[in-house]
Amino acid sequence: MPTTAPTHNGPKDTEAQPLIEARHLVRKFGGVRAVDGMSITLRRGEMAGLIGPNGAGKTTLFNLLAGSLKPSSGSIRIAGQEVAQEGPERRIARGVGRTFQIPRPFAEMTVLENVLTGGQGQAGEHIWKNFLQPGRVAAQERAAVEKARSLLDFVRLSGLESEPARVLSGGQRKLLELARILMADPEAILLDEPAAGVNPSLLELIIDRVLELNAQGKSILLIEHNMEMVARLCGRVVVMAAGKYLTEGAPDVVARDPAVIEAYLGGVAA
Amino acid sequence: MSVELIGYGCFFLTMALTYAIMCLGLNVQWGQTGLFNVGIAGFVAIGAYVSALLTTPDTANRFGGFDMPILVGWLGGALAAAAIAFLIGALTIRLRSDYLAIATFGVAVTVQLCALNLERITGGPFGIGFIPRPFASLAGDPLLFSLFNLGVLIVVITLLYLALERLVRSPWGRVLRAIREDETAALALGKSAVKFRLQAFAIGGGIMGLAGAVQAHFIGFIAPENYLPMLTFQVWAMLIVGGSGNNRGAILGAVLVWGLWAASAGAVAGLFPPGQQARAASLQIVMIGVALCAILLLRPRGILGEEKVVSRHLGKLSSALRNDAKPATPKQ
Repeated sequence: MPTTAPTHNGPKDTEAQPLIEARHLVRKFGGVRAVDGMSITLRRGEMAGLIGPNGAGKTTLFNLLAGSLKPSSGSIRIAGQEVAQEGPERRIARGVGRTFQIPRPFAEMTVLENVLTGGQGQAGEHIWKNFLQPGRVAAQERAAVEKARSLLDFVRLSGLESEPARVLSGGQRKLLELARILMADPEAILLDEPAAGVNPSLLELIIDRVLELNAQGKSILLIEHNMEMVARLCGRVVVMAAGKYLTEGAPDVVARDPAVIEAYLGGVAA
Repeated sequence: MSVELIGYGCFFLTMALTYAIMCLGLNVQWGQTGLFNVGIAGFVAIGAYVSALLTTPDTANRFGGFDMPILVGWLGGALAAAAIAFLIGALTIRLRSDYLAIATFGVAVTVQLCALNLERITGGPFGIGFIPRPFASLAGDPLLFSLFNLGVLIVVITLLYLALERLVRSPWGRVLRAIREDETAALALGKSAVKFRLQAFAIGGGIMGLAGAVQAHFIGFIAPENYLPMLTFQVWAMLIVGGSGNNRGAILGAVLVWGLWAASAGAVAGLFPPGQQARAASLQIVMIGVALCAILLLRPRGILGEEKVVSRHLGKLSSALRNDAKPATPKQ
């Protein structure tokens, strides 16, 4: 894959169709409303950021969008289809992939196998086809290996393809997770804190690759605390506080917004 | 003398290999998928009884038999056990693993009690006798008879082993490992954990049923007391000793633990006066327990341990690539 730096990111056409559209989402944990009437939209091809102080409900919102949690109420549409009650395993088929705040590699599987697991629609995942259509299974697997290797190249993990994933560093795990989800060819990717705990040199690589993916047309929504990174990546950020939508706009504008500053300083509890 | 020894060797190995089939079934469920089945005896019993009913001649005071060929009985037993496993799995597989354990244990006890009490179907405590044996026409020549039976078992085990190895090294096996390692991550990649677990549970149950059927036809007689929780314990011990997650380990463990069991039975018979032998038989269970502890202390992953399995297609491909690439990659 080419590694030319993309010119810029974000929606050039603000009228672009929404890919993910969540409306009035509520998620309660007992008496706590972790997400409390939140709405958010991700347009096709854009890279948007989701920020907010600790405990604002960002990861809960992500889990709702990714299907790992079901909302107590509210709607989630992906490409116009209502998916709020669908399980997480259906999201990929809808074109939405995710990564995790703390990466979850398949630790004892090799790096290459981790990426291969992201493949979709393989005949070899059906028991009988392994016996009845061995040729087809083998051909698909060869193609999958080729694709997985080029993705590992893309995230610069090729040299480690035969190592078990547990030997990877935190930053490498994030890159592996990225390659693994790319194997599924999602249209949109939800990135949960891609920069957290990553050393500076790998961080540059991650930023570069995320920009590249966006330039290739992937829609990206990312949670991130590192405002500098958000400013470099996102054309638009949505701010969340106490489970609610606070505001949104260009990163530099939002960063100066008194309401946002107050939320970060803890005044929002009132 | 030597003929008798060979005959005994065949008998011993044939019996051990029937346990090896159960062990392969458990390996699909536990070794590959992490499903905690403590009701092995129940699935084995279902296979044994179904096959016996299908293949025995019509009997006066009992439902069936249907006098069908042995092979039909084996397939029927395996399918029945797989179907029951599927049903139990469909109800319980979403539960946490400890609840699956309780559910499977309950099923095994229920099956055993049904076998004991449904006299019109299972023959009750007296069980079912005269189950047709493969190569019965050779019964006049014990050596040849034993050799042929052992041959059948070896063929069954080989076919099963090859099929399971193909599955383990397929994308299907890869998804099972992924689900075992991190279900949340596997779900995010679009893999339905429930579907794959259920498939593995049903296949494992079916293999246990096949083992029960094969064993029933080898012994020629079944009764409820063959399917007590002790059997479940033995099969677990076999898999742990041989190496959970490894099909060759499952077979090796079955032969070793069954060997220990047979040897300890011989020792009990030789060392204790007849009046004490029934009580001394408990020492056999102690011995298995001690062997299990020793293995867990010395080789926690079993004698063979889990193999680093990769896709069978990958194996071929990467070696091919390496050969191609050799002259062209002086770097590093």
